[in-house]
Amino acid sequence: MAVLAVNNLSVAFHTESGRLEALKDVSFSVPANRSVGVVGESGCGKSTLINAILGLLADNGEISAGEIVFEDDKDLARLDAAAMRNLRGQRIATVFQDPMGALNPVLSVGRQMRDIQYRSGLSKRDKDARSVAMLRKVRIPDPESRLAQFPHEFSGGMKQRIAIAMALMMEPALLIADEPTTALDATLEVATIELLKDLQREIGCSVLFISHHLGVIAELCDEMIVMYAGEVVESGTTREIFHDARHPYTQRLLACDPARLSRRVPRLPTIAGTLPDLRRRPSGCVFQPRCDRADAQCLEVPPAAPIGGSHIARCWHADIPLGVSA
Amino acid sequence: MIRYAIKRLWLGAIIISFALMMMFAMVYLIPGDPASVALGPRATPEMKEALRERMGLDQPVWKQFANFYGSALHGDLGTEVLSNRPVLNVVMEQLPFTLALIVGGITWSVALGIPLGCIAAVRRGGFVDQVIGVLSVAMIAVPSFVVAIYSLLVFAVALQWLPAIGAGDPGNIASQLQHLILPSLAVGLGWIGYISRMVRASMLETLEASHIRTARAFGLPEHRIIYTYALRIAVLPTITLLGVGIGHMLSSSVFAEIVFARPGIGKLVYEAISVRNYPIVSGAVLVTTVFFVLVNVAADILVGLLDPRVRSSFN
Repeated sequence: MAVLAVNNLSVAFHTESGRLEALKDVSFSVPANRSVGVVGESGCGKSTLINAILGLLADNGEISAGEIVFEDDKDLARLDAAAMRNLRGQRIATVFQDPMGALNPVLSVGRQMRDIQYRSGLSKRDKDARSVAMLRKVRIPDPESRLAQFPHEFSGGMKQRIAIAMALMMEPALLIADEPTTALDATLEVATIELLKDLQREIGCSVLFISHHLGVIAELCDEMIVMYAGEVVESGTTREIFHDARHPYTQRLLACDPARLSRRVPRLPTIAGTLPDLRRRPSGCVFQPRCDRADAQCLEVPPAAPIGGSHIARCWHADIPLGVSA
Repeated sequence: MIRYAIKRLWLGAIIISFALMMMFAMVYLIPGDPASVALGPRATPEMKEALRERMGLDQPVWKQFANFYGSALHGDLGTEVLSNRPVLNVVMEQLPFTLALIVGGITWSVALGIPLGCIAAVRRGGFVDQVIGVLSVAMIAVPSFVVAIYSLLVFAVALQWLPAIGAGDPGNIASQLQHLILPSLAVGLGWIGYISRMVRASMLETLEASHIRTARAFGLPEHRIIYTYALRIAVLPTITLLGVGIGHMLSSSVFAEIVFARPGIGKLVYEAISVRNYPIVSGAVLVTTVFFVLVNVAADILVGLLDPRVRSSFN
């Protein structure tokens, strides 16, 4: 059973300089109790994807096609605002990237944690007790006395753990983690990933983990999707993609990961070229203008080529494994 | 927090002593011999000398300054010439009327300015936002004496809903409040506009913040997001602005007090200037300076109370 199934989702923004297709024909699913990683460079549509799932697209954005099926019976693309609000924070919780700015600076942590429980019908004291228990779970020392404190009195790592505690307090079915460790230093990053793993097991929720950091995805996620310019170019289990990436973009992305370099290089590898202008998508394969394997065939939209198991790559040349040049 | 308050008060004391210095310098630098002016053209040199001695004008500047300072710190602002009463008493008698006027002006501006600013921000770009925008600018643009005269003509003379002149019967709160409505509107109207513009701008900025996105992602009701999570932050600059605004309200209270024939500092100063009663003028200026400084200290402390970040930056 999939907690979340995104089927052929397209999202468009109406800008002054024309219509911008931020997501095009995106499909993937997040099975129960599993973690799915979404990887891609800045501007690939990761944030748009989150906002579309949460129903928080900007006023000029709209879901132009497709569906977002949550818990098998609700299409988030068509749910009304009130029903959507009832899901947010209760069934779908989110941890955002910026721990410094994610909490309200003028309200105490206790107040903010209490407010999240506004639908629970608990007394103030019970809500606080629940907040304390949750803060203890994320290893905030002396949680009782820290409820009265304000966000700026906590360190960055602590704030992110508080944000995690807030997100998981209502025991959601789906946790969306939007680059939750990007703003943290390396040691904290590892600790935060471990914490997320433990809590996911304990609460039994699914995680949609957005990151541009491949190592974190490898550490945490069972499955992953690779996004480029608003499209899913490759998806499969984390193992399949890390060991046998087939889409040229994924292959380049893996080659660019500094953690995977085995020897000193004078310059870190990059992917030549830039993301295409999403108002004028290239015809055919979206990666074709930057791809060294591109040929005449690539001017046609590539099919989702099955590699084996759940592994899919949207490429005409998906039969060429990593390390083999065209 | 107490340390923060003390620090603000200490800064306030420095500003007040600076104001005292300016006042002394102004009186000292005005050309002409005060003794000759006071005694008239037929005074003998001996009489002038005697008066100068009595006024302490024969002493060196620094000593005159120290005397002036010392007596000001003791609350002795000199004696008024006409009634021979201490200047401080005369000014303090009028202060409550002006205070009431300014509190009324603040009430108008806050009670209307904050909601208007919020509504405009929430309806950003819409018709309501535009109407509030035009209204706000209009309110800022109209001088307070025009508001005073026309509100008097409309509500007191033509419609006869409210009393036209005076401050109401002493001891009768209801009558005093009735007499306060129009003058305080004249004083506060422009600030309704300022505050609504200010709240709109800082509200729009706050609504973009990532913690508001967090609040939305947690499914908090929209009214709570706007009126608690965002407004608590968006009003902070408004409080500081109001501290400055009280200075402007003090100057517009001069017009309001004259038009509505209300007692108060503004009217006192106006009348003192017209008869060249300078001790009263400088006394009133000093008292309003102290008042202005204290209000700004209070505004800073209030911001500290509402913004934990400010509070702890001083701990």
